[in-house]
Amino acid sequence: MRSQQMPLQAPDLKSAYNVTLSTEAAVNAPINQALKPEAKIDLLRQMIRIRAFEEKTVRAYQQGHIGGFCHTYIGQESVAVGTVSVLEEHDHVITTYRDHGHAFPMGMGMNECMAELFGKYTGCSKGKGGSMHFFAPDKRFWGGHGIVGGQTPLGAGIAFAVKYQGLKGSCLCFMGDGAVNQGAYHEALNLAALWELPVIYVIENNRYSMGTCQASSSAGNPLAKRAEGYGMNWAMVRGNHILEVRAQIRAALEYTWETHRPMILEIDTYRYRGHSMSDPDQTYRTKDEIAAYRTAHDPILLFQNILKGDKVITAEGVEKIEEAAEAEASTALDFALQSPFPPESEIKRDVYWEEDHPETKTSQGTLFFN
Amino acid sequence: MRLITYRDALREAMAEEMTRDNRVMLMGEEVGLFDGAYKVSQGLLKQFGPKRIIDTPISEAGFSGIAIGAAMMGLRPIVEFMTWSFAYVAFDQVVNNAANMRYMSGGLINVPIVFRGPANGGVNVGATHSHTPENLLANMPGLKVVCPATAYDAKGLMKTAIRDNDPVCILENTILYNDKSEIPDEEYLIPLGLADVKREGKDLTIVAHGRAVITSLKAAEILEKEYKISVEVIDLRSIRPLDEETILKSVRKTHRVLLVEENKPFCGVDAQLAFLIQEKAFDDLDAPIARVSAIDAPQIYSMPLEKLQLPSPERVVKAVLAMG
Repeated sequence: MRSQQMPLQAPDLKSAYNVTLSTEAAVNAPINQALKPEAKIDLLRQMIRIRAFEEKTVRAYQQGHIGGFCHTYIGQESVAVGTVSVLEEHDHVITTYRDHGHAFPMGMGMNECMAELFGKYTGCSKGKGGSMHFFAPDKRFWGGHGIVGGQTPLGAGIAFAVKYQGLKGSCLCFMGDGAVNQGAYHEALNLAALWELPVIYVIENNRYSMGTCQASSSAGNPLAKRAEGYGMNWAMVRGNHILEVRAQIRAALEYTWETHRPMILEIDTYRYRGHSMSDPDQTYRTKDEIAAYRTAHDPILLFQNILKGDKVITAEGVEKIEEAAEAEASTALDFALQSPFPPESEIKRDVYWEEDHPETKTSQGTLFFN
Repeated sequence: MRLITYRDALREAMAEEMTRDNRVMLMGEEVGLFDGAYKVSQGLLKQFGPKRIIDTPISEAGFSGIAIGAAMMGLRPIVEFMTWSFAYVAFDQVVNNAANMRYMSGGLINVPIVFRGPANGGVNVGATHSHTPENLLANMPGLKVVCPATAYDAKGLMKTAIRDNDPVCILENTILYNDKSEIPDEEYLIPLGLADVKREGKDLTIVAHGRAVITSLKAAEILEKEYKISVEVIDLRSIRPLDEETILKSVRKTHRVLLVEENKPFCGVDAQLAFLIQEKAFDDLDAPIARVSAIDAPQIYSMPLEKLQLPSPERVVKAVLAMG
């Protein structure tokens, strides 16, 4: 296999920013042509659910219920929903600390996630992981990882295990545009290409690594083009257009299933809030820039308008979905509020397997110290 | 019984466990075709093939991270670091991903992985190649840390480590690779967290790990012969979990303790041991706890000086005599 761009090559970043309508190729891709009206509505519903959850998260953070660092996904919903919607049951996902948006499409519930944000015992990680560390291995969702780029070798490792065991499937490893400059990522790319591991690196390029724009942080453009140095395929995707995300991710998946070779997709997207909740978002971009994107390129509005235009859904239908999502998020908030914090004894649980499974214990001696 | 080297003991342990469980595989630099930089994996490529004996590029963060990802999925990788000094470029993967995964996921995921390789000074390779990070690793809840001193211990501990469901770091020693000890013909495992009294004595207890055990045993012989001092030498074998009972029992018997390690002194393993002994056996002590560690500077290259920098039988004897 020689390095080459995928056929569904999107316009470059600059023009992608200015294009609001779907490309014919994306809409006509078989994976999208096969979509029944209810499935289209479900894509919209999933995006709206993420946003509703995140709006509640913002409020709960401001009210002091959520601690530490909390990175919201508002503005990027089409990326996670579009991606996960074309996975098969043998595919895996691992992501960054901006992980709320991937959790729900992967099958996690709002209750367990909101409770995790609150540090409650009913949280998906019993309140031990927090915002950046959601996990659902039973749903092939391998987390939420806090160190920029730290998950990129893990994604290759998941793909390694898939291949070692002779299983079908690929691993989608999400990352931000800031992670492309981490050494671990480049080591992972080299090994994934060298060993032909079925991993797809999905760069969610929201244009800012924390408060540093791409031009100030990364040499060379586009970021995905670095794949060529490793003999890997790559493609660009307009992330606000969910059908295009679906078409391109599906093409990438089929490629990795078949060849076991990795590739890189760079998805142009945008976050509406600061890097994390502790970022006042006042120094590195203008309010006008955010407003302009929200008005012209919002992924939910864009898809909603397509569905309305195609008579798949009415304005009332959208409202109903929004109300239901709001209600679901409110219920999650109540659930989190009413849930207990973990008991103090939990501090030393889940550190060592055998301490928590005494029947399997083979070690002696002391594992925890004063 | 048969006599084998520390190096062969490690290889036998890996080969036996790979035969027993096909989820176990070995990856690292030069482990396959080259037969291992220190020949620990000699012959394994021939025996198990390239699917399970995996040569990696010089890319510690990358391949240790891949092994951790594979372990999350249920494989049981053994990662060889050519030396633990080279693991420092993979530190994020080891201490953030391997050590924390189980905790951050509330117990949903575990990482059954072995990180192994030599970690020692004394071979004139300078500061960058002579790190002894057992204290750093043992400082991370979630990791287990093992430092075998003999071939017998190396085999039994390695087999247990491979079967453990959490990350275990095995710190070997290139100077010990050719040392031989007797091992039984039948299979045996040594539990982690079980110290071994390598020499019984009644006047003073030396607690050591890794090659410092061998150094201490030599010192104990000199002390017995030349000074009629009867020294008990305890080999920790495992740093975390730690066998507190064996240490304390010996302290209650001899009432004097010297701690010996090739680690640097500040925040070293023995700092924790000193705290433990004063906390739990203060009234049993007839003298302050004494220490012999590596001299507190980056590891020196110059051959005669490096000998002075590491604990030697002479330094240990001197320290014991100074305890009065």
